[in-house]
Amino acid sequence: MIGEGTQSTNQRKHSFAQDHVEVGFFTDPSVCIGCKACEVACKEWNEVPDDGFTWTGNSYDNTGHLGASTWRHVLFVEQDRTKGNQIAGPMSLGNDSEDPFRWIFLSDVCKHCENAGCLEACPTGSIVRTEVGSVLVQNDVCNGCGYCVVACPFGVIDRRPEPLPDAGGAFKCTFCYDRQKSGLTPACAKVCPTESIVFGRLDDLRARGAARVRTLQGQGYDDAQLYDPQETSVGGIHAFFLLLGEAEAYGLPPRPQIPTIYLKSSWAAAVVTAIGAIAAVGAAFSFFA
Amino acid sequence: MSADRNFEERLESWRKEAKHGGAVSGRGVNVAGGPIPRRPGYYGEAVVRPPVWTWEIPLYFFAGGAAGMAPLFACAGLFLGLTDLARAALWITAAGAIISPILLIMDLGRPRLFLNMLRVFKYQSPMSVGAWILAMFGTFAVPACIAFELHLHHVLSGSLDTFVAVVAEVLTFGAAYWGLGLATYTGVLIGATAIPAWFLHHVLLPIHFGTAGLGCAAAILELLGFQIRPLFFLGMFVATIETLLWLWLEFDKHGPADRALHAGGSGWLIRSGEILSGPLPIIFRLTNLVPLAAVSFLLGALLSRFGWIAAGRVSGKDPEAVFASQG
Repeated sequence: MIGEGTQSTNQRKHSFAQDHVEVGFFTDPSVCIGCKACEVACKEWNEVPDDGFTWTGNSYDNTGHLGASTWRHVLFVEQDRTKGNQIAGPMSLGNDSEDPFRWIFLSDVCKHCENAGCLEACPTGSIVRTEVGSVLVQNDVCNGCGYCVVACPFGVIDRRPEPLPDAGGAFKCTFCYDRQKSGLTPACAKVCPTESIVFGRLDDLRARGAARVRTLQGQGYDDAQLYDPQETSVGGIHAFFLLLGEAEAYGLPPRPQIPTIYLKSSWAAAVVTAIGAIAAVGAAFSFFA
Repeated sequence: MSADRNFEERLESWRKEAKHGGAVSGRGVNVAGGPIPRRPGYYGEAVVRPPVWTWEIPLYFFAGGAAGMAPLFACAGLFLGLTDLARAALWITAAGAIISPILLIMDLGRPRLFLNMLRVFKYQSPMSVGAWILAMFGTFAVPACIAFELHLHHVLSGSLDTFVAVVAEVLTFGAAYWGLGLATYTGVLIGATAIPAWFLHHVLLPIHFGTAGLGCAAAILELLGFQIRPLFFLGMFVATIETLLWLWLEFDKHGPADRALHAGGSGWLIRSGEILSGPLPIIFRLTNLVPLAAVSFLLGALLSRFGWIAAGRVSGKDPEAVFASQG
């Protein structure tokens, strides 16, 4: 919680990697101030190259979306709705009607799915599950086939284009695996000045997230909810979010599915086609030869 | 003061225009991403990532499909003693077995690490299964062609020649077995993804790709001069199936979720591909224009493969497609 100081799980050293404890991120937009320190810390620690200096015109967000060179991405959501008990006033001159407006910041990141599409899809075994439950791309093994890119239901992982360093491989958030091995917290959580990003034991964080939703709802944030799709085939995410309003406004899929659920019927169709092809060739050459 | 006033009034007129029309025309004005988001999702940003694959992949689907189904004709030729047919089919098989991995490796982000594909086997990854299928196919296809040529030219004598003939037959059957997988797995590969236009048709895709592969192998053989009755009827059969698949696709619409298959450039690529490989070859065959039917089918199969990849790219960039497919 805020005010825990050095007792916060974001600041103290830990031994989660040694103890094989499942860890996670809980990202809470209700306290995010949109400073983008997480983006900067992530880039600096992980030596992620720049992803283009572009002006999107999308509020104060000139990052765009997560990708091979963007592992944290602060969203700037603008909505014509009130935030909690906010008093809406007229937005413009000479207009007495109320124009409710709210600005929400949320730091998006790889979800580290319980059932990860990228991990299942990877043909080289480059993508693995670590002892802290995160999903890690082993950069030296990846040959850049690009299959994880279309297998991720959240559009997180991407192939890094030329001429950036290590181009051709697939990249995404590593959950600062190297820092965690040394008992340090991930760089983004470490620098977050408001503890909008909280790092800690997954079970603790889930309880904390549920409590935070209850608190916010008590304070008038009626549309506060947790985004942690446990009921779909993804089976929950290790980096989960508190959302104000619906998931779509944050560019998050409302009911994400892991693509492996289509394998059974698709392979069945392939087998039927193969048998059909044998039968067709057999019939053509037996009856018409 | 009056300058501020003018500025505010100009802003106010933009806001009104934005609220009514959803967007404002003019340079440097992106009101859709301004005060009130009006594009779907988060400023219209993609929710899933579109495929990074370039032209090599649809071309590989085409080459691998034709080469994968070709050894079936080699088997038929061996059974019925049609040596020329078997020989031509084996050459198609071998050529495809060589071209396919080259195309795949060219598309890799790090081509030098292509052997990592065979580092593990993962049955839950169609890419891994496919890499192994292609490797096994190549292992059987190229030696089958070489062995058959050795036998035809009687390079070896006596019992060794008989042995080579038997080896060629066994290798051909092996190539046919793995080839069936090669021609159909590509449909599973793009069907089992997070791209709405693809996964909504994950049953149709392997049937379509397999049928197109079978038709392409038959069409190439016809163009090589084997205008025989079995290939004619097979050509009629695959064109009928392709017509039915086209109708299936036209009727099994999912609204915004798979509009990339029906609208825009990608939609027209798929549609023209289906017409070229469905109804047109039937008409050409009925009017006795067999070579034209074969060319039309091949062109249609090629266009359709490019169309499916293009549709995946469009669909992956379309946040509404993702939301609609999960609604």
